[in-house]
Amino acid sequence: MSTRDASLFWVGFTVVVAMLALTPLVLPPFWGHFTTEILIWGLLAMSSDLLIGYTGMVSFGHSAFFGLGVYGAAAALLLVEPPNLLLAVVLGLVAAALVAMFVAYFSTRLRDIYFAITTLIFSQIFYVVIFTWTSVTGGENGLTFTRPGLGIPGLYVVRFTPATMHWFVLAVVAFSYLMLRRITRSPFGMVLQSIRENESRTRAIGYHVESYKMMAVMLSGLFAGLAGVLYALQNEFAAADFVFFLVSGETVIYNVMGGIGTLVGPLVGAGAFLLLREALSRFFSEYYLIPLGITFIAMVIFVPQGLLGFARRWLNR
Amino acid sequence: MSAPPPSADPLVKVEDVHAYYGKSHVLHGVGLTVGRGEVVGLLGRNGVGKSTTLKSIIGLVHVRQGRVLYEGKTVTGVAAHKLARIGIAYVPEDRRIFRLLTVTENLRTGLDRAGMSERRRRELLEKVYAIFPILAERRSQPGGTLSGGEQQMLAIARAMMLEPKIILLDEPTEGLMPRMVSQIRQIIELLRRERVAILLVEQNVPLTLGCSQRVYFMEKGEIRHEAIASEIGADDPIVHRYLGV
Amino acid sequence: MAIPWEFIIVQTVNGIVTGMILALVASGLTLIFGIMDVVNFAHGELFMLGAYIGVVVSAFSGNFWLALVAAALVVALLGAALQVVTLRPLMGRDPLTTILATFGISLVLQNYALWQFGPIERKIAEPITGQFGLLYLEYPWYRILIAALSAAIIGAFWLFLKYSKYGIWIRATTQDRVMAQAMGIPVPWVHTAVFAIGAAMAAASGVLFGPLAGVEPYMGLAWVLKAFIVVVVGGMGSFGGSIAAAIFISLLESYAAIWVSPSQAIIVSFVVLILTLLFRPTGLFGTASR
Repeated sequence: MSTRDASLFWVGFTVVVAMLALTPLVLPPFWGHFTTEILIWGLLAMSSDLLIGYTGMVSFGHSAFFGLGVYGAAAALLLVEPPNLLLAVVLGLVAAALVAMFVAYFSTRLRDIYFAITTLIFSQIFYVVIFTWTSVTGGENGLTFTRPGLGIPGLYVVRFTPATMHWFVLAVVAFSYLMLRRITRSPFGMVLQSIRENESRTRAIGYHVESYKMMAVMLSGLFAGLAGVLYALQNEFAAADFVFFLVSGETVIYNVMGGIGTLVGPLVGAGAFLLLREALSRFFSEYYLIPLGITFIAMVIFVPQGLLGFARRWLNR
Repeated sequence: MSAPPPSADPLVKVEDVHAYYGKSHVLHGVGLTVGRGEVVGLLGRNGVGKSTTLKSIIGLVHVRQGRVLYEGKTVTGVAAHKLARIGIAYVPEDRRIFRLLTVTENLRTGLDRAGMSERRRRELLEKVYAIFPILAERRSQPGGTLSGGEQQMLAIARAMMLEPKIILLDEPTEGLMPRMVSQIRQIIELLRRERVAILLVEQNVPLTLGCSQRVYFMEKGEIRHEAIASEIGADDPIVHRYLGV
Repeated sequence: MAIPWEFIIVQTVNGIVTGMILALVASGLTLIFGIMDVVNFAHGELFMLGAYIGVVVSAFSGNFWLALVAAALVVALLGAALQVVTLRPLMGRDPLTTILATFGISLVLQNYALWQFGPIERKIAEPITGQFGLLYLEYPWYRILIAALSAAIIGAFWLFLKYSKYGIWIRATTQDRVMAQAMGIPVPWVHTAVFAIGAAMAAASGVLFGPLAGVEPYMGLAWVLKAFIVVVVGGMGSFGGSIAAAIFISLLESYAAIWVSPSQAIIVSFVVLILTLLFRPTGLFGTASR
């Protein structure tokens, strides 16, 4: 990447982050909270883009990674006194990673459609387990817990305010974005894209495709789990709903709406979807999914490259 | 055997057709005609675009530029199944019979057209079984159990079920024993007698020159030369030039 | 531990009954996938809509059979319309897009049902009442009837596929879409018809299942998940395989339900899936070819 492009990128990045940092100060609390949510779901969407957009593997299993990130963090916050931020993050990531390994092992033996279906089925397995194992997970009602403080326990701990929570989330998401970007531009990322373009050719060249795919699932799962941890910290609530397949479905929607294979696209898609949902539910109450679903279908047919792709084309005119 | 004069009204006319496989520009402005009841050969090395030309006539390959005319009307872009119903039949390379359907069922796929009474269907079936007794013997067997030569017979018979005005024949003798090759020759003769036009893609030069009235030579996605078949021998320099034999 | 023989016999029959319904659902899914390479995520919602139409028609007319036929017809038309509007434009594109499109359809249909009918369970009246003695217990006749009907529908469809003119068209299209077109078979319409038939099968299953349990907007999800498992275990694209797998999985679940709760019995099907993927990824029954 030329230095001019590189500096353009960093300028753009800094501007966007700065704008997002201002939101808790500038917007009313509802919208501030809303922006934080967009960031969290955006991270989830980016994690899934690594699989869908870059490796060409459609996954409906992200609800499992996300949900286990939530529950992992919940476990740390409930079991250890006083609630420890670092432990919550670590446990959430570990839980998500374990699930990712499990899913990766099976799923990479299958291609395309079979992979998508299997990830769906697996995520539902986890849902059922969590839903029925009421003693541990609280089943339908879920678990509530308290947010830990920010800082080093024992030394200096300060409570989160909505603003500091937002900045914490922003920092994590921005960092994750940079990491994911680094990954997609690395030699590893190039191999993933080559797998998406033509798997058999990549294999013929000599790459052990299965290992790369598994690695991709692991990384994707880790970042999805991180999003789950953030969600837990933000909302102090864990429920089986987050492991439900619908979360995976919505993630895929963010990806498609925003434009797969761009990292930024899915983040935009998440934002667009959530905003649309807010707007539509004002008019349609709980049944907002009907017009939203129709919009989604229309986008799949007419704007398959997503909002970002569409904007790109439009700008190129 | 002299050729009928190229009619002012060809059955099929391919006009400056360009076609692509993905990004690959395969046909660079192909033009040819086939007259009613005429047998026309299309010769050339592997990969020059002969099969693609056939596919562009039956609508199985997208024609990006140029036209295909059938009975004087433009049919570029018309769906393949509609073309099959108005009389363009296609017999692909490697036959592609329906392996899990019986011989009779294979034939029936071409018989269920509008305006076919049950009696007419039976007549056609019996006629084809008379021409291909080996198929009659195997009528209840799945297509996949037939030998290569038998499958070729079935593929041609199946095309005949459409009562076509033209059959696009792609390499019918490929992989067949010499005895079967002469059978193919007889079938082409029979079809010619029935006034069915044939556009024949073949590697077998003597066969093609023997059956056809005219031949085209293709190279790199273009028609390079047209000739009257009876005026060329199998070791003509033109043949050497375009088939590298 | 004393083996509860009566339970086992009853559960065997129950397993076969649900297995037949599952087989009908899975057949529709296999059919659509086998012919068009479309993974129909909305299949469960077509099932659910069929059940709701069954609720409405049977409440209105008091006639179960009318409900069954009406549901199948209406959903078949709906299926055809959906295929023409949303799936035909996607033919030839990345198969991912059809998964997404059918997923979108399932969302819309689910919420439509929620909107129209509300979340509270409805019921379809049993077509025939009365029970018979099964060992020491009373077993309802209608369950046997439902299993028989499912089998009859599957059988009728198999006959149609094997012997009728359109059956040949469908089979030819499945084997070689391109040559089917070259033979004059209107392949785009075959696809539409097949989708409609698959949808009708799902709808019929919904009506048949109605008397067994409640009808609610989210019932489709559990069924489509199990149907997918059946299709994978049975060998993707194998008609006979999915029927065998459906009965097999339902039986196992029924037996498991003797000891654990029904919502946990679902884990059985998941385990079967995992084992199949580990040891026989092409499917336990039948082969992955058609």
